[in-house]
This record gives sequence, C-alpha cells and structure tokens, in this order.
Amino acid sequence: MRVLKYLLQKEFLQIFRNKSMLPIIFVMPILQLCVLSFAATYDMKNTNLYIVDKDLSSHSRELISKFNGSPFFTVKEIGFSVEEAEKEIYKDKIDAILVFNNDFGKSVDLKKGASVQVLINAINASSAGLYNAYISSVIQDYNRKVSASVREVGTGTPVHFVQSSYLHQFNPEMKYIPYMLPGLLVLLVTVIGLFLSAMNVVREKEIGTIEQINVTPIRKSQFLLAKLIPFLVIGFFELGIGLSIAAFLFKIPFLGSVWLIYLVAFVYLIAILGFGLLISTQTNTQQQAMFIAWFFMVIFLLMSGLFTPVESMPEWGQTLNILNPIAYFIKVIRMILLKGSGFFDIVNEIAILTVFAVSVVSIAVNMHRKVA
Amino acid sequence: MNKDVKVIKVKNLCKKFGDFTANNNLSFEVSKGEIFGFLGANGAGKTTAIKILCGLSYPTSGEISVAGFDVYKQREQLKRNIGYMSQKFSLYEDLTVFENIRFYGGIYGLSKEVIHRKADDLLKKLDLQHARNKRISSLPLGWKQKLAFSVAIFHDPEIVFLDEPTGGVDPVTRRQFWDLIYEASREGITIFVTTHYMDEAEYCDRVSIMVDGKIEALDTPAKLKEDFNAVDMDQVFLALARTATNVE
Repeated sequence: MRVLKYLLQKEFLQIFRNKSMLPIIFVMPILQLCVLSFAATYDMKNTNLYIVDKDLSSHSRELISKFNGSPFFTVKEIGFSVEEAEKEIYKDKIDAILVFNNDFGKSVDLKKGASVQVLINAINASSAGLYNAYISSVIQDYNRKVSASVREVGTGTPVHFVQSSYLHQFNPEMKYIPYMLPGLLVLLVTVIGLFLSAMNVVREKEIGTIEQINVTPIRKSQFLLAKLIPFLVIGFFELGIGLSIAAFLFKIPFLGSVWLIYLVAFVYLIAILGFGLLISTQTNTQQQAMFIAWFFMVIFLLMSGLFTPVESMPEWGQTLNILNPIAYFIKVIRMILLKGSGFFDIVNEIAILTVFAVSVVSIAVNMHRKVA
Repeated sequence: MNKDVKVIKVKNLCKKFGDFTANNNLSFEVSKGEIFGFLGANGAGKTTAIKILCGLSYPTSGEISVAGFDVYKQREQLKRNIGYMSQKFSLYEDLTVFENIRFYGGIYGLSKEVIHRKADDLLKKLDLQHARNKRISSLPLGWKQKLAFSVAIFHDPEIVFLDEPTGGVDPVTRRQFWDLIYEASREGITIFVTTHYMDEAEYCDRVSIMVDGKIEALDTPAKLKEDFNAVDMDQVFLALARTATNVE
C-alpha cells in the first residue's frame, strides 16, 4: 500500500505539471459539451425551399403562405421553371422544391384530388427523410382544412376526421439536447480517459524511466494501478463538470440517480482506462499508441448509438456491439437521466461492463512486461 | 573489498536473439565491494549482459546469481538488493530533486523519516541543497548524473550496476563521479560499471573486456597492461577490439 502511495503521488505531480493538462481537464469538457450540443442537432430548422408555382391560384398561394409562416422553412425563391429550381439544388442552395402544376387550384375546387410534387435533395438520407416528413405534415394540415371547407360548402354536413396523435414519452417535445447531451458526456470521459491512459506508460518507455521502474521490486499491478487511479479521478471530475453543465446550463431532465451514473462510470472508466493501458504497454512510441487508440475510438464511437440508432444497424453490427463498452454506457446514461431507470433496470449492463473492466485490466497487467 | 564473498556469480551465460549471439558463454565472479569494469566496443554485448544481471532480460542459458539470488526464480528479491543506472537518463525531469529521491526511496519501501534524513545527507554531500526544490530538467547534466547515481544507491543495495554512467560529461565531473563510486565501494557496495573511457578503466579493481559477445580478457588493469605489453588500457583495448566483427 505504501508503495502505491508513492507511485500515486508521483503520477499526480506529473499530471498537474504537464502544461497542456489543465486546459484538457477544464476547457475541453465545457467547449465540447457546449459546441457539440448545439451543433450535433437533429432538429430541422431553415429548410430552404424553392417553389415552382405554375398555377398562381389562391389555393397555391395559401399553401405557400403556410410554408412561409412555418419556422422550419424559408421560401428562398418562387419561380416558374423546374429546371431553374434544380440548378439551385446542384449549387446546394436549396433543400427541396415544391411544384404546383397549372391545374392545382382547379383540381382543389373540383374536389378531383390535387397534387403537389416535392423534390428533395437526398444526399443526406436522414435529413431528406426529415424534410419529407415536415413538408408532408404542412401539406396534410392544409389538406384537412381544404377538404373540410370544400365539403361543408358542397353538402352542408359536418365532417369528422380521425386524427392520430402521439405522446412521446420521456422526451415529449422531442428535443435533441436531452438525447444528445448524455451521449456527449460519455464521449467526453471516453476521449480523455482512453487517450491519457494510452499515452502514459509508453511515454515512460520513450523517455527511458520505465527501465528504472523495472529494476525496482514494484509489482506490475501496483505500477498499472497507479497509472489508472489518477485518470479515474480525472474522469469522475470531468463527469461532474459535464453533469453540472447538463443540469444548470441545458436544464436537461435528471430523473434517475446521479450516484447510479457514477457507479456505472466507475466500472466503465476502469474498462476504458484498462484498455488504454493495454495499448500503452503494447506500443513503443506515443505515436503508435495514439493511432491505435484513435482507431478503436472511432469504431466504438460510430457504432455506439451516439449519432445513429443502434437498431438501424445491420444485425452483424449490432452483434459486434456486444463488445462495445461505449454503447452500453451511452444506453445506460440515457436510461438513467431521461427515464429514471434504477439499478435493477440496468444491472445487466453493469454486469457486462464489470466483466470488461476486470478482464481488460488483468490482460493489461499480464501483458505488461517488466522483463524482456 | 572482501574477496571471499562473491556477490555476482555467472557461469556460462548465453543470450541469443534469433541467430545472433549477444553473449557467448560468459563466466565471471565479482567480489563484495569490488569495482568491476565491464568494457567492450559498441555492440559487444555489455548492455545485454547488464540487463540480464539486473533482471530486466531473460538469459537464454547459464547459471547466474546476483546478491545471492537466482536470476530465473528470485528476480524480485534480487531487485530489492541491487541498484541500476541506465544509459538513458532515468530521473523524472518534471519532478524536483527531492521528489525524485522521495519517489525512489518510497518504492523501495523506506520510511518517510528515513527518506527525509537520507535525502538531507545526500544533498549536503553533493552540495545540492540549493537545488532541492528545482526540477531535474533545469539542472546541468553533470549534476543529474551524480544525482542519478546517488538515487540508484539510495536504498543501500549490495550491488549497483552502472551502464555508461559518464557518457557526455566533462572530465572534471567524471572525476567527481568516480569519487562517489569510490565512496560507495568503501561502504561495501559492489560496483559493476561499463564504460567507453579507458582512463576510467584504470580506476577499476578488475576489468573484463568483451569482444563479439565473449570475454577476451579479465584481470586487474596492471596485469592486463603487462600481459599485452601496453603502456595504458587504451592500447590493451585496441589490441583486443581490433579482432571484433560485430562492431556497430
């Protein structure tokens, strides 16, 4: 134990003497959370529309005014030529084109069933889906009004509509920040934990002090534990900053227990730091360690469900995710914060992360060589 | 020096890396308190042998015991009883002089009181009290080397291994460094030192000269000069090293 104390004392001194360390610890989380929370948005604002109105009837104008009045759309231009409109799409100035043919107004009046053509820039399939849904809902809305007034005028009988309505449980307003922010918190502690630990042991190899350590009777487990504990503390601290920003700045819901988040973070960080140390013990330069850490980071992250739903991945991808610690933590932190899930709801994930943590740390200790 | 007590016993030490034989059948013994010079050109296999004796590397074959402990089975006890100063500078540049001393003292299990007392003595002896709270990175190389040596023997090991400890240091500082070595030897610490400087070889009680992984000569400097009919160790070394094929 006393040996561990001296090792830890040295690690902490070194960490806080590193000039780039304080910005990493304090500035990075704030910047990352604030910038990404606003930037990584699924909300659709400012969809640029080009409207080709060959009809110029009161009906087409009414529908156009509905788009004009919506906060989600900006009607950039109204013209008469589809070709002209398409040119704007090529220039990426326009996200969608609405085309009214010259019989639109007449068809509405005659109750023949009028149609509007919608052309969408679908380079990004998921935003194209969203444009489609938003545009359709505006048209539906108009549709109901028109058919109601038309029928009332025609038959004089009241018209009943069956409308389905949704209640989005746990995130009723479908806000993206409560959804993204917990995931970004995971990203934050993972980046810091993985990189700091991956660069650490290998740094001692590069400067040559590892040899001096290896001729001492220090146990491998003591040495690696002393490397792991400081980063665990830093990770906890980062998580604390991140959760405070989430709570006080973004006011995202905190339905579950913060202690439970910390419990999960504890096993999760040990797994991530153990993995970082494993990389560090198996590489010879910081550059190698950096690239390997980056490689795994990108794979784990893109498959984790932070930006894209895990459920839409192919089955083999979902199966691979069994081995992805980031996926578990993102899932669990969202459950705890947004749904208020308790310990027994996430006990499986905790168990799996614990298995990861124990195995990866034992592998790291085992693979670390005091003797060549 | 106590010639009856052998603290290093090496019999038929071999170390191979694939086809390359770095150490070919080395056999020697070192007495307690002796200053043993381990000489050889670059690539002769000195560092390989020193790493095996320190428990940093496994031998391919041979019987080796250091400070009474077997290098195969008792590495941890062995490590407790040796000190090592490597070619690469081994103190932490971002820690202060005292923090380095405290760290190395601490991991050898010395108590806080002992560490403080010995650190004070050591800094006084090296005349480095004023630098106690300075970072290692701010010290001149000569001071660093002396400090590294003192830290390597801080836990009173039986043997200290020095792998080219005076590389890149001016002659005056080298002389001071050797004063420290003599002092440690007088206190009963066995010194196992590799060097490139032949004047330093003259300071050793006995010298072995390695060529191509083999020990070609082993005796006192005076006896070697006599055998090779040489005026100084330089000539002895050149006479032997010319036969080498593994030179870098």
